[in-house]
Amino acid sequence: MSTKQAILGKKVGMTRIFTDNGEVIPVTVIQAGPCYVTQIKTVATDGYNAIQIGFGITKRLSKGEAGHLGTLPKVRNLKEVRTDDIDKYTLGQVIDASLFTVGDLVDITGTSKGKGFAGGVKRYHFRGGPKTHGASDRTRAPGAIGSGTTPGRIVKGLRMAGHMGNVQRTVLNQEIVKVDIERNLVLVKGAVPGATNGLLVMRKAHKTGAAKRHKPLQD
Amino acid sequence: MTDIIQSLAPQANPNIPALRSGDTVRVHSRIVEGDRERIQVFQGTVIRNVNRGVSSSFTVRRIASNGIGVERTFLLLSPRIEKVEVLRHSKVRRARLYFLRNTRGKASRLKEARREAE
Repeated sequence: MSTKQAILGKKVGMTRIFTDNGEVIPVTVIQAGPCYVTQIKTVATDGYNAIQIGFGITKRLSKGEAGHLGTLPKVRNLKEVRTDDIDKYTLGQVIDASLFTVGDLVDITGTSKGKGFAGGVKRYHFRGGPKTHGASDRTRAPGAIGSGTTPGRIVKGLRMAGHMGNVQRTVLNQEIVKVDIERNLVLVKGAVPGATNGLLVMRKAHKTGAAKRHKPLQD
Repeated sequence: MTDIIQSLAPQANPNIPALRSGDTVRVHSRIVEGDRERIQVFQGTVIRNVNRGVSSSFTVRRIASNGIGVERTFLLLSPRIEKVEVLRHSKVRRARLYFLRNTRGKASRLKEARREAE
């Protein structure tokens, strides 16, 4: 039985806020919603239970999207959330930042910033070579990558330079510091994946071990 | 979008006047010790102003006992700052007075600048 609750949002940027006693908390500001329920999937029709939510108003829709949405708001991003509580939702229902309260833990999924083709030092924290002692061209080199004639090949999966970033990443158990329901803003402690204006999925933390141990900040 | 971030910044503290490098100031800051709270005063020279929105700060340098220099950086918008008094302005020719770190005694004096109250 899945009771997952999630919302789509947009990263606005980072800032810091002060608690009443003067502590500083680094926060990421997220424009969370409004999202609309755009489809309800049931075991009977689709083989599983889920809701589809949409976020971000756009002017242009493909004909396929327009047909799918019908009279619902023209949303840019669609995302499916597996949940068995489908009878709690109706088509077109609005999901907004009021889903969360201060102190909740959330998991946030986004697409990390692309770093292009990155070397081993940046990508895997290799130490690189010496800068001095005549090693003028080995500063950021990876070092040895294998043996010689035996086995005569490089083992698969060896960490080397390559494309870095621009992949889906999730941070778990981020604490909600502040919720502004009027403007649909959620302030989450710490950093979240991706660039400003990137699409994020926030879901209530479901790995409950951390959630049970968690003691909310005293404000 | 940055408007949203700016709107989240706290109101500027009305008890902090505009500070400039070289000003001699008394900073009254709230110190929280367990559940007790007291005011501590730090008096010295402003050697740096950082103007970065919510992260704006200023650094005050004073000479503690035995001629040891102590610098403390305060966040301008922190609610822990009770008030700041400006005692004196100085005539300085640069924004960051790091050269004071390499001076001692008479050499670290700054010439006073008379300015109309801002």
